[in-house]
Amino acid sequence: MPDLLLELFSEEIPARMQAKAADDLRRMVTDKLVAEGLVYEGARAFATPRRLALIVHGIPARQPDLKEERRGPRVGGAEPAIQGFLKATGLSSISEAKIQSDKKGDFYIALLEKPGRPALDVLAEILPVIVRTFPWPKSMRWGARSARPGALTWVRPLHAITATFGPETEEPDVVQFSVDGIEAGQTTFGHRFMAPNAISVRHFHDYEAKLQAAKVVLDPRARKDMILADAKTLAQAQNFELIEDQGLLDEVAGLVEWPVPLMGSFDEEFLSIPDEVIRATIRNNQKCFVVSDPNTDKLTNKFILTANIEATDGGKAIVAGNERVIRARLSDAKFFYETDLKTRLEDRLPKFDHIVFHEKLGTQGERIKRIERLAAEIAPLVGADIEKTKRAARLAKADLLTEVVGEFPELQGLMGKYYALAQGEDASVAAASEDHYKPQGPADRVPTDPVSVAVALADKIDTLVGFWAIDEKPTGSKDPYALRRAALGAIRLIAENELRLSVLEVTNSALGSLLEKRPKEAIIDDLPSDLLAFFADRLKVQLRDQGARHDLVDAVFSLGGQDDLLLVVRRVEALGKFLDTDDGKNLLAGTKRAGNILAIEEKRDKRTFDGAPDPSLYRRDEEKALAKAIDQVKREASNAVAREDFAGAMSALAKLRPAVDAFFDKVKVNDDDLKVRENRLKVLNEIRAATRAVADFSKIQD
Amino acid sequence: MPTMDSLPAHMRPERSFQGLILTLQRYWADYGCVILQPYDMEVGAGTFHPATTLRALGPKRWNAAYVQPSRRPKDGRYGENPNRLQHYYQFQVILKPSPPDIQELYLKSLAAIGVDSALHDIRFVEDDWESPTLGAWGLGWECWCDGMEVSQFTYFQQVAGVECAPVAGELTYGLERLAMYVQGVDRVYDLNFNGREGAEKVGYGDVFLQAEQEYSRHNFEIADTAMLFEQFRMAEEACKKYLAAGWREGSNQREHLMALPAYDQCIKASHVFNLLDARGVISVTERQSYILRVRDLAKACGEAWVHTEAGRAA
Repeated sequence: MPDLLLELFSEEIPARMQAKAADDLRRMVTDKLVAEGLVYEGARAFATPRRLALIVHGIPARQPDLKEERRGPRVGGAEPAIQGFLKATGLSSISEAKIQSDKKGDFYIALLEKPGRPALDVLAEILPVIVRTFPWPKSMRWGARSARPGALTWVRPLHAITATFGPETEEPDVVQFSVDGIEAGQTTFGHRFMAPNAISVRHFHDYEAKLQAAKVVLDPRARKDMILADAKTLAQAQNFELIEDQGLLDEVAGLVEWPVPLMGSFDEEFLSIPDEVIRATIRNNQKCFVVSDPNTDKLTNKFILTANIEATDGGKAIVAGNERVIRARLSDAKFFYETDLKTRLEDRLPKFDHIVFHEKLGTQGERIKRIERLAAEIAPLVGADIEKTKRAARLAKADLLTEVVGEFPELQGLMGKYYALAQGEDASVAAASEDHYKPQGPADRVPTDPVSVAVALADKIDTLVGFWAIDEKPTGSKDPYALRRAALGAIRLIAENELRLSVLEVTNSALGSLLEKRPKEAIIDDLPSDLLAFFADRLKVQLRDQGARHDLVDAVFSLGGQDDLLLVVRRVEALGKFLDTDDGKNLLAGTKRAGNILAIEEKRDKRTFDGAPDPSLYRRDEEKALAKAIDQVKREASNAVAREDFAGAMSALAKLRPAVDAFFDKVKVNDDDLKVRENRLKVLNEIRAATRAVADFSKIQD
Repeated sequence: MPTMDSLPAHMRPERSFQGLILTLQRYWADYGCVILQPYDMEVGAGTFHPATTLRALGPKRWNAAYVQPSRRPKDGRYGENPNRLQHYYQFQVILKPSPPDIQELYLKSLAAIGVDSALHDIRFVEDDWESPTLGAWGLGWECWCDGMEVSQFTYFQQVAGVECAPVAGELTYGLERLAMYVQGVDRVYDLNFNGREGAEKVGYGDVFLQAEQEYSRHNFEIADTAMLFEQFRMAEEACKKYLAAGWREGSNQREHLMALPAYDQCIKASHVFNLLDARGVISVTERQSYILRVRDLAKACGEAWVHTEAGRAA
């Protein structure tokens, strides 16, 4: 069966857009083919800086024929209706139509056969539409045609379209179409500098091979493999190690059609700058890899660039040029770093009073003071030294005003740590600069030093309370202030460090600080509870992501007053384990059954069945046994919960199961004697009450 | 056009700063550009020259090239930084409509100044351009030579709030950087300016080092902010006044007769704002509102321009 080869040849496509564009091209073309009844065997798409290419294998040469019956007007219907039917169906006279009878009468039916069209024609129709509607994140007009309405837009000027269709063994057809003056053909071009001439291509195989000969590696994966392998070899040849960097590798592979890694070096004096600053300088500004010495685990004075040409001098001029730029960049970085070291972190703080954090939440200065106060309150709860915590909170954000962080925002915190150590701060205080931002995501490390933990929690809670207070809560996919991440960060800090604290108390305290300065911002009723519900949601999401049962979170929060997140997590864990046992499953079933019966009867009688059952009304042994079991279990479970022994509470609950089972087995709840019935409903209510010692079973999904 | 080899050594682009400028001017003159002289006002970039900002608008063909001294008061470093200047030169080329071979034209211009693409790694790296003060944006690249950004390449999509129809291509060469590269010099002040050696040699530092020191003092410490605030206000008012005065009802269409003088005042306001910004007397929130005020002027000038002889359809 025939294959389609499509190439869209343009000026340089931004590296970051290439992978998605290749994927979009494949998806758009294959979706259209399938919608047109052309089921293909396989498709692959590729991108280089100057081209998007697509091969679709095994497309049928024709669409399948379609047969369709079209129902027309009633036999003997009005003449205009019959004429209209003939026109719509292309029949020459009504005698060509069949007549079909049903309950409503006799109707004309036209049998239409729509022969499938050649795939070549279908392609000529769909491809220009795809080019016209391609979803580039940003696209542009160019050239003389850009003055006309409806001018083609593309990511950068589009120069040529190759579109061939045919079986691999034959000379293919060109798919005939044009888009805004660009005719599809079979001519493409090689490498911009090394092989710029036109190339005539037929099928994918000769296309890929001819491009390779014209110094273009079509497949981005192949380019990445080449860069990585060569870069490693270059580093290893000098007994060094390449610092691998996937993001950079992806980007660099999108900047070259013919990758040629080369190694350069810089003056060793620059190694006095922190490694991270050297790496950020070389990576962000120059898109080069850095190299470490495995003996010291520190960077060496080498870097690896990826050129796009095999230069006639073997790359000497290219290396020399890059070395010169990197030297200038590192000189800047070194100057920034050394300038930063001349000012103590605390001396930068007054400037924060003039920097607005958020229009409604005041300056960074106010925020830092709030965090300091809150961190000091949290410190004793997490076993942190109060003075150190206050110092850490005060200095934690000071590096935002340094030159290096201004240049490389991703080094915030880390630079603070270096500058704090350089000015002789306590190690815990210094570490908090870096660690109070953590954890940034599910994979990020959670700090364990109590000082960092206190500042990290205070930072996150202040952020959450602030944005809650001004009603900037996340909605749907919108979370511009990363509040979900902040809440999840707080949860992980608490859970992984096994911290005991009341979220309500801490948020109340943070709210208090905020209101001192900005009283009119208190616009949400009961902010701490609302925020607690948000934590509950985050906890559910986290458990779901871990594959754990997230419905149990609701079962625990539904009890009310659960604002000690560590206990919530532990209770959820114990509950999950319990529900995995037979006792757990059956008790859940029994409790639900009790709940269901109660719900029905409460509705019928329009009353509840609270209150202690009357032992004198017990008629059967199973009732007495259950009542006794409930008393015992309630006491044991509550005691266990009070000891925070949730496993113990679950074991206590397990004892309830045989009595509940026996009760439902032998006892009829709706006894004819209304007094007995009421009493039995009260017993059922007691089951529910007993299980509430650990969770609201009604919230648990079966 | 004479080949590089036929030039005397002191005129060659890799030997002298002025030789580089002359070579680029010859190259683009040979292509058919009008070679203009720098605009006689202080601007932040070659784009501000009316030959770009205003001429990019409207349907008429326009191919021009010129050197533009560019002032970035904040970038001054008292002459102490090897490559940061508060005053530097841009070489600006504007081609409307953008020709289909504009990338090749650019690469040939690099070859003309001695950048051999068989030896050097030339790259087009994504860089979308946006000028909030000019109400302008475009897509294009930074052009890298061996890892150094040597030019900006932009397809203008909108300028002064007006859609470009047709689109113009803009090339901006950072002349000092390019010269440092082709001369193999690490410090801008070490550039050979006139291509002579020995006693006859004039370096970039001989011409500009003192100016960098003096203007850095001026820009950061001394510039009279009360006067500058007043100048901003005056330029803004004058711009609006000239714009208002320029409108006429022509025989069959509205016309504007004073877009250029009005635009001068917009340029003036923009530069005065840059000086105030360098003096650190504009807060973060105010900053945005100043930018918007300049943009409003630029937009009104663009609107006026497309109603002038040069800015409208024939």
